[in-house]
Amino acid sequence: MSDRVRGFVLFGIVAVLLLGTGFVQSWNSALLILNMGLVSAVMALGVNLQWGFAGLFNVGVMGFVALGGLATVLVSMPPVSAAWSAGAGRLFLALALAVAVIAAAVLCWKRLRKGVRGWVVALLLIAGFFAFRAVFDPAVALIEAIDPATTGYLGGLGLPVVLAWPVGGLLAAGVAWMIGKVALGLRSDYLAIATLGIAEIIIAVIKNEDWLARGVKNVIGLPRPMPYEIDLQNDAGFVQSAASLGFDATTASTLYVKLGYGVMFAVVLVLLLVLAQLALKSPWGRMMRAIRDNETAARAMGKDVTRRHLQIFVLGSAICGIAGAMMTTLDGQLTPGTYQPLRYTFLVWVMVIVGGSGNNFGSVLGGFLIWFLWVQVEPMGQAAMTLITAGMADGSWLKGHLLDSVQHMRLLTMGVILLLVLRFSPRGLLPER
Amino acid sequence: MEFLNGLVALANFVLIPAVAYGAQLALGALGVTLIYGILRFSNFAHGDTMAFGTMCTILATWWLQSLGVSLGPLPTALLAIPFGIAGCAALILLTDRVVYRFYRRQKVKPMIMVIVSMGVMFIYNGVTRFIIGTEDQNFADGERFLIGAREFKALTGLDEGLAIRTTQAITVVTALIVVAALFWFLNRTRTGKSMRAYSDNEDLALLSGINPERVVMVTWLIVAALATIAGVLYGLDKSFKPFTYFQLLLPIFAAAIVGGLGSPLGAIAGGFVIAFSEVGITYAWKKVLGYWLPDTLAPDGLVQLMSTDYKFAVSFVILLIVLLFRPTGLFKGKSV
Amino acid sequence: MGEPYLIGEAMTGGYGTGADILQGCTIAVERGEIAVIVGPNGAGKSTAMKAVFGMLNLREGSVRLAGEDITQLSPQDRVAKGMGFVPQTQNIFGSMTVEENLEMGAFIRRDDFRGTLAQVYDLFPILKEKRYQAAGELSGGQRQQVAVGRALMTQPRVLMLDEPTAGVSPIVMDELFDRIIEVARSGISILMVEQNARQALEIADKGYVLVQGANAFTDTGRALLANPDVRRSFLGG
Repeated sequence: MSDRVRGFVLFGIVAVLLLGTGFVQSWNSALLILNMGLVSAVMALGVNLQWGFAGLFNVGVMGFVALGGLATVLVSMPPVSAAWSAGAGRLFLALALAVAVIAAAVLCWKRLRKGVRGWVVALLLIAGFFAFRAVFDPAVALIEAIDPATTGYLGGLGLPVVLAWPVGGLLAAGVAWMIGKVALGLRSDYLAIATLGIAEIIIAVIKNEDWLARGVKNVIGLPRPMPYEIDLQNDAGFVQSAASLGFDATTASTLYVKLGYGVMFAVVLVLLLVLAQLALKSPWGRMMRAIRDNETAARAMGKDVTRRHLQIFVLGSAICGIAGAMMTTLDGQLTPGTYQPLRYTFLVWVMVIVGGSGNNFGSVLGGFLIWFLWVQVEPMGQAAMTLITAGMADGSWLKGHLLDSVQHMRLLTMGVILLLVLRFSPRGLLPER
Repeated sequence: MEFLNGLVALANFVLIPAVAYGAQLALGALGVTLIYGILRFSNFAHGDTMAFGTMCTILATWWLQSLGVSLGPLPTALLAIPFGIAGCAALILLTDRVVYRFYRRQKVKPMIMVIVSMGVMFIYNGVTRFIIGTEDQNFADGERFLIGAREFKALTGLDEGLAIRTTQAITVVTALIVVAALFWFLNRTRTGKSMRAYSDNEDLALLSGINPERVVMVTWLIVAALATIAGVLYGLDKSFKPFTYFQLLLPIFAAAIVGGLGSPLGAIAGGFVIAFSEVGITYAWKKVLGYWLPDTLAPDGLVQLMSTDYKFAVSFVILLIVLLFRPTGLFKGKSV
Repeated sequence: MGEPYLIGEAMTGGYGTGADILQGCTIAVERGEIAVIVGPNGAGKSTAMKAVFGMLNLREGSVRLAGEDITQLSPQDRVAKGMGFVPQTQNIFGSMTVEENLEMGAFIRRDDFRGTLAQVYDLFPILKEKRYQAAGELSGGQRQQVAVGRALMTQPRVLMLDEPTAGVSPIVMDELFDRIIEVARSGISILMVEQNARQALEIADKGYVLVQGANAFTDTGRALLANPDVRRSFLGG
């Protein structure tokens, strides 16, 4: 079977799975899976860029996804003017101070001679930290005191939410640049641990800095790029055209909105996929893979490997940021408590590996397929478990326990799938060409 | 007197918790560093290995409790640890046989092993949650305190109380015994030396007739023991929750890298460096400083450098500093 | 005269599935004698020795030790049969003490090896002095002594050395050669690959000059040194 045919068949299977969900369960579920599948495919593209093209091991996907979510709030929510007038100036002063202190520390480190510079920089940083806190803490208190039940944060810029997607990418790119500057060029597992750490820190910041995005109080009711279902149902024209297609207004409105998101996400995915394909085929992409396959040789040929790695690390993380912003837009809310590394980092890795690292179409396929399984394993497991426990006495401890534990089947299944693919098809379903 | 009170407060809120936490991290990091030294990959499943071993211990503890067995003032879990180690070792050896050995024979790149360990992580995670659920489990019984704050005050006449929890004392004592036994094993026994030789120079070890499969098996057994003990001590001291154990991966790896991957001594040092920084930076120093500084200088705020929610940031920043200035760690680790 | 103690006969083969580096090359050593493999760079000297030790697959030819065909044995099994091998690089456990290195050399022995340990210390007194020091901290020549000592711990009947004097000073080289002669006198056959052809041939009972994976000249060390062809092409006149 040629690669192309294989690709068509596998994507066909995904289509059949989604259509099957539509017929068996509901079209609503099918579209839900499709939309998150599209988002997952974008994330997988980002990780594939880093791992598949360059062999960079990023296990901080969750952090970059969350930064995209943060961008959605910062771009689309209306500004809280009371909070701005209360403490914003002071807050930004504090942040500027922090940047100045760090810049000064870096400058000192570079300019001063060895021996003294360690002490000077340490002193500078400690003094700077306390100065920062002295300005920062009151500002935060002022902002968070403004109507904490509904706002208590600065709000956003009140811009169209779709703008958050590129902004999310930029935000992720910025953080990726900083982390890459430090951890790239060192051993590969160090990057893994560093990214694992930065993801936890990003989540901690979003959870705890209430002035930024309300922390664990969540930001709900984010502006949407699509109309609200209720508005559609009240729109006589919409109801009429729905009826002419044989749908009742409620179903039609939910499907319409989800389809709308699906189209928007598909546009982004196709755009990124085309760019990724062009990059892969370009001299730049070939060089990346050459570096991945033999770093020493590439270095010997005078390639600036660390710089190239930094480029692709930033790009891949930016794509994860875009996906994160898309996801938060789809959810319509930012809930920092729901970001879990297993779901947002390691699951994306399963997608890339299962799909076929180094192959953009493979990652997209993996995104859809694994997301489908992630969603559907639970009902499947439920059914299987009901069957298994059918013979047991009702109310027995074991039966209850087994039925309650079904939700953990998906972790187990993902692990088994990953290991099976690694063992029997180590290059994934759609191997790199 | 003021000074002594400050010292007691410091010991009570910083030193003792940090020593206990450091010992737990050190045991965890020892497992990571051994796997790195012998099997040459970073094991992402280590946190979940700890969780699994601890879960086995908890189940055994419940069973022992149901039989009416107790250790008096000590937690019953101590008696259950051997069962936990056995369960954990069985799982790990099974995993090695079914999963890792295949890739070891193929001599795949370390990064592939890391990804494989990711799959193993998912499975352990699922198994643990499947059996015991995601809830908090508190399985410490016996005396709660070695010295209570009130007794200490009565004993010394100081204003500040010093409380040493039984679990903290057990943690430190157990960790000392385990570390001593491990170092004795590595430095004094033939098998232990062959492990070090294999870690140092694999080809030459093969030439010398050292059986790699045996070295690997012994390593996994030790790792099972270390992971279970570390997990049980952490669980006794705090509580057992599968997700927390997964999150321990970060400070544990930070400890192993700060110390120098592959260096057992480094893992221990790294564990304490991380623990002391984490506790020190997230502790509100108001009380201690209130005793030590003259009244005019006494702080108004909490003097907490960072909120406890940022404790991961502490391990992370230390990790970054070490990576920037001393990439092989405090004790020179492997640079492969 | 019967068959040599160790012989790799008409060996043809290369690494993995790559091209054949050895083209029907024969290497042999008699009991208690020193055989030296010399030749220009890329002649397959080390490869020939590794072939004798079983580190690459032979397509043709065989290796026999004391008349027994050992062609199919792994290097580990050959160690058990009484062959000792000192690789050119990474031939010690750098993080372990000198004594531990020697103990690891004796890993396959289940009997008491303290006698052998004493013999090695007699042969290399400096190692006894530094026995509790990490081997990685020693000087280049001392590290080579540790490497040779480690290989001697199995009480091999053949000792194979891959460029033992690479990167050590001339004085240390002479010293090392003296020790090697001493080892040979104790009845252990020595097979070694050397860059320093002239000095090595001086102590060799038998010399093999390899060119492009095949035997170019084979004779006693003394005869090779006297051979004008060998002198002209390999010993620089």
